[in-house]
Amino acid sequence: MRFGVVRFPGSNCEQDIIGACDYLGLKADYIWHGDTDISGYDAIVLPGGFSYGDYIRTGAVARFSPVMAEVVRFAEKGGPILGVCNGFQILTEAHLLPGALLRNRGLKFICKTVDLRVDGACDWLQQPQDTVLQIPINHNEGNYTCDAQTLERLNANGQVVLRYCEPDGSSADDGSAPNGSLDDIAGVCNERGNVFGLMPHPERVVDPVGGGTDGQPFFTTIVRTLAEVAG
Amino acid sequence: MARYEIFVTYKNGIFDPPGATAERALANLGYEGVESVQIGKYIRLAGDVDLATVTEVCEKLLANPVIEDFRVETVEEA
Repeated sequence: MRFGVVRFPGSNCEQDIIGACDYLGLKADYIWHGDTDISGYDAIVLPGGFSYGDYIRTGAVARFSPVMAEVVRFAEKGGPILGVCNGFQILTEAHLLPGALLRNRGLKFICKTVDLRVDGACDWLQQPQDTVLQIPINHNEGNYTCDAQTLERLNANGQVVLRYCEPDGSSADDGSAPNGSLDDIAGVCNERGNVFGLMPHPERVVDPVGGGTDGQPFFTTIVRTLAEVAG
Repeated sequence: MARYEIFVTYKNGIFDPPGATAERALANLGYEGVESVQIGKYIRLAGDVDLATVTEVCEKLLANPVIEDFRVETVEEA
């Protein structure tokens, strides 16, 4: 079991992913965005950062990095892919996940720990429904949006894995998302459940030195999922 | 060489945070007649490319069809 962490020009959270894997005793290596061979990896992580300076739109240029054609093929074969923050933005631009991420309502860059409610499951996270996790966010474009039919489909299929919430797990009447996200959406997966993108940074709360351990399940769950597949 | 002007705007129903902020700022400045402000992108593109190719690069890279509409205008040489 080996994680591959893609390093785009402008990525800046790739070391945190490797650090989280190291803490949990999991093998992980960097993949350069110009590489076209990702065989040998069991799970791919697209890290946070500001790939290509966020020019045009966040993730819009990274989506065409040479490695992305392989990442798309990996996803189509059912390979697990996690996109954190800028990685989530890249996955939506690559159409591996539905919707798009707009500028935060209020135009402020937001950097704080938030409460998140588990509303669904995927290959990367299988927690009891309504579990509340505390994970930091750190973004300027985390305001998730999609059209009405897509939202209906996401809800019907349980593809909204994480929602911003109040500390007790409830949703505020005027929304609990600090960034204005549609329906308080913080993370979504594809229909198959192998591709998962979220704005919060679970890798920062794996080692307790980061202020918590609520990010650990994301890494341990995919290890378990892959072990079950391997039988 | 052909010259093009490209206008990229959010689709109807997509919330535009910079536009909404400009709307509030104008109201605060006393411009009560202003009903809405939408902020988009203006791109100038020039080269040996036809309109079909420009449309293709808009769909692929310059605009995101999930959230944005675009309009391409050909600039006539003076």
